[in-house]
Amino acid sequence: MWKNVFDWLDERLGLNDLYTNLLDRPEPKGNWWNTLGSASLFLFVLQGLTGIFLTVYYTPSPDHAYDSIQYIMNDVAFGWLIRGIHHWGASLMVLIVFIHMLRVFVTASYKYPREMTWFIGIGLLLTTIGMGFTGYLLPWNQRAYWATTVGTQIAGTVPFIGEFILKALRGGPDLSALTLQRFFSAHIWMIPAILTALIGVHLYLIIKHGESHFPKKDE
Amino acid sequence: MSETISRRDFIKVTTSIVGGFIGVAIGVPAVYYLIDPALREGAKEAWIPIGKLENMEIGKPYAFSFTRVQVNGWERTSTSHGGFVIRNSDDPNDLFILNSRCTHLSCTVNWSENDQVYLCPCHDAKFGQQGEVLDGPPPRPLDRYNQFRITEDGTLEIFYQEG
Repeated sequence: MWKNVFDWLDERLGLNDLYTNLLDRPEPKGNWWNTLGSASLFLFVLQGLTGIFLTVYYTPSPDHAYDSIQYIMNDVAFGWLIRGIHHWGASLMVLIVFIHMLRVFVTASYKYPREMTWFIGIGLLLTTIGMGFTGYLLPWNQRAYWATTVGTQIAGTVPFIGEFILKALRGGPDLSALTLQRFFSAHIWMIPAILTALIGVHLYLIIKHGESHFPKKDE
Repeated sequence: MSETISRRDFIKVTTSIVGGFIGVAIGVPAVYYLIDPALREGAKEAWIPIGKLENMEIGKPYAFSFTRVQVNGWERTSTSHGGFVIRNSDDPNDLFILNSRCTHLSCTVNWSENDQVYLCPCHDAKFGQQGEVLDGPPPRPLDRYNQFRITEDGTLEIFYQEG
């Protein structure tokens, strides 16, 4: 019975092909360092899910941002867990993505034909850091406020267009409700959209080229 | 059960078990997190002390007021309530309590000592001593707090219910 249902679906959706190509593809002999990309992907999904859950209670307004997080941490059932995972997962994700990049560099896996995978990976590292930067402001406590003040000031030191960048980031000359709102928007919509698209291409390329193997002595 | 398990199947099984464990460990709290507000009981009713019985003159409306604070998440809203206690006789239980909210558009009525009526400042409605409508637009007499009790130290408490 279930086999019939599965076969019917498989014929139309190509589930077995999908499984073979995604999860059952041949891998070169590797080690635990080769799992960091998957670890990054797992963390991305985890951050996405916990982030979606956080928006149920979080309010991106200077009046309520801090209070709503206090509420999540102290009053909502398991709010501390959801936010805790999101908080620590964020740091871990930056770390894992960076070590992943380091591994690819050290094993020279970025070479032909995987140059584009590497370039997109750079984009992934930058967007991940962008997620960290925008997310850091959202608790709207002293540390968040001043970290963003300094961070946007650094962006403002760019020659000629620095002031424009600073104003564009802050939504005006000062850190304000507009800053919080646009950081929130960037954090939950814009950067995740870019990140998702880049991950899609990154994964496509990995499946297309397969994972790189360590060169043998005669190669 | 001396079958050997292939490396591949071992990985599949352990991945499923660990994955399932992580899924449950996060999924179940996540559901509670979502439905948490639905599991709370709001303080929709309470006994509210409004004054010592000995301070309330017989036959003269005794004005009182109190504030209720409603906490919804990180938002607090406070609403003011008030009314009048009218004692008919020496008997502690021989009294009635009017709600000072006008039945027309919810303005607060005041007791006028000169005219011996409750006056609503909004549309000049008049209510008699018992709360009955004497003049103006109100559709019904003033509401009453029907449940009250007197504590051992002589404090009058009313039972407040929201809505």
